[in-house]
Amino acid sequence: MDAISAAEQTNNQTGFRRKISQALENPTILGLLFVAPAELLLLIFLAYPFFLGLWLGFTDTIVGREGKFIGFENYLWLLEDPTFWLTCFNTFLYTIVAVIFKAVLGIGLAVILNRDFKGKGLMRAIVLLPWIIPTALSAICFWWLYDSTFSGISWTLMKLGITDHFIDFLGDPWNARWALIAANVWRGVPFFTIGLLAGLQTISPDLYEAAEIDGAGAWKKFRRITLPLLTPLLTVVTVFSTIWTFADFQLVWIITKGGPAGATHIFGTLSFQRAMQGGQFGEGAAISNFMLPILVACVFIAFVFLRRED
Amino acid sequence: MVIERIGSKVIKFYVPLAAYLAFLLFPFYWMVNTVFKSDMELYNLDLNPLYIHSPTLGNIVTLFTETIFLRWMANTFFVALSATIISLVVSLLAAYAIQRLQFKTSGPTGVAIFLGYLVPQTILFIPLAHTIFKLKLWDSLWALILTYPTFLIPFCTWLLMGYFKSIPKEMEECAMIDGASRIKIFRRIILPLCLPGVLSAGIFCFTLSWNEYLYALAFISSSAKKTVPIGLVTELVRGDVYHWGALMAGALCASVPIALVYSFFVDHYVAGMTGALKE
Repeated sequence: MDAISAAEQTNNQTGFRRKISQALENPTILGLLFVAPAELLLLIFLAYPFFLGLWLGFTDTIVGREGKFIGFENYLWLLEDPTFWLTCFNTFLYTIVAVIFKAVLGIGLAVILNRDFKGKGLMRAIVLLPWIIPTALSAICFWWLYDSTFSGISWTLMKLGITDHFIDFLGDPWNARWALIAANVWRGVPFFTIGLLAGLQTISPDLYEAAEIDGAGAWKKFRRITLPLLTPLLTVVTVFSTIWTFADFQLVWIITKGGPAGATHIFGTLSFQRAMQGGQFGEGAAISNFMLPILVACVFIAFVFLRRED
Repeated sequence: MVIERIGSKVIKFYVPLAAYLAFLLFPFYWMVNTVFKSDMELYNLDLNPLYIHSPTLGNIVTLFTETIFLRWMANTFFVALSATIISLVVSLLAAYAIQRLQFKTSGPTGVAIFLGYLVPQTILFIPLAHTIFKLKLWDSLWALILTYPTFLIPFCTWLLMGYFKSIPKEMEECAMIDGASRIKIFRRIILPLCLPGVLSAGIFCFTLSWNEYLYALAFISSSAKKTVPIGLVTELVRGDVYHWGALMAGALCASVPIALVYSFFVDHYVAGMTGALKE
């Protein structure tokens, strides 16, 4: 081993090291390096599947076999399928009704919690529970709560004299739709409440005092002060909630599996049934792709508003 | 006058609050109420179902002896923890780079990551199933550990960017004048300062992973690899036989860890939620 070459080697090594640490001082190089892991993961498991899904919708892929391009066949086939049209109807009904109820009930609870009272922190924590507890697990609970013979809701309503028979919550299409919407509202109200509570707390009490001096009542104060000042935040919360409700899966899948007889399918559950249970990947992807225009519109609204906030 | 004021407060405040609480808590009450009943009592229509007449731990015993519930819990925990750690590390680096290094494409990169947050799993699971199959990850917990970060990273990055924004730039500049390298600044100054943010983000990631259902349902098939919600529904509903007591026991036991984590960090959780909305 001769000393000179060994020394040269360490010299080279330190030179190399110095070059690296110099490169790391360059914000662009360090920046790209720091962002790389996130981008890599998102490219492989998000961006690539996203575009693959667009492509799959135009193929006849089934599970375990590569498909070939078949143009719009999946889409035309779906447009002739009455179950698909019913699914469209259900998805819009589910989304629109549930989001409206969540917004109204959520604002109401936020206004109540915005007062100063003892145990406010505890109340806030309790209110968030439906949002925290895994939805799949609370969905199982709703499934049982909607049982046709042993439902606590039926029992209570009968004792109160509101109805004289056990309600078949999940056996009748319309009952099932309302039951699902109720479960979704239950889960989503806390998100609206807590999201909006943060906004309410930033509204200056002086405004209300001034309005009171001018003789404004509670409703007028809410209409003229609270609501306008809350609108930007309310829009963001509503858009998020709309996206999640529109693309929901687990509540419906656990409680009704799309039944009775396919009457409560929404896009997510129908595509799961066709793709994962039926093996028709192409058709399932086509169903998912029908959701895209609505989602793009929502994302666009979210984006415009978030940008304006900046 | 005083009585009138108290009366109006009761009507305008306590009554609505009580109604909301009844609505939001009744399902949980029903869950707990079912867990401690015997099947005999559960299916006896003559008894008041809102009340437990003879409490029993039978359902919990059934859950732990007749299913591999602990295994499902361990799977869920392992997946949630791994996905959380991966997402936190990756998001910390990305958020710092986008917010502080201001390299050429940092703006568009931030926007692209935010867009990722808005792509729902319902659109992705079919092509992802295809990809997972190709990568030979089918029916492996790694399929979940690697796919969960796709919805965790965008959220975490967005949240952490907000935190980085609140750390004064002067601190970094001072350290730089003192000759500290960028890596050192990140490790010694930035990381300790953004710990509350990391905690919020971590709690969010953990609960989101614990709650995930669709991917776990689509990518896992063998019983020993299932996560809790998937295992419960597939193993405790056999044909037409529903083991409601044991199902509720499972739902309760799997909710408790999340509720505990949540109760310790409520403020961080709320901060994370509202912070993400504001940014």
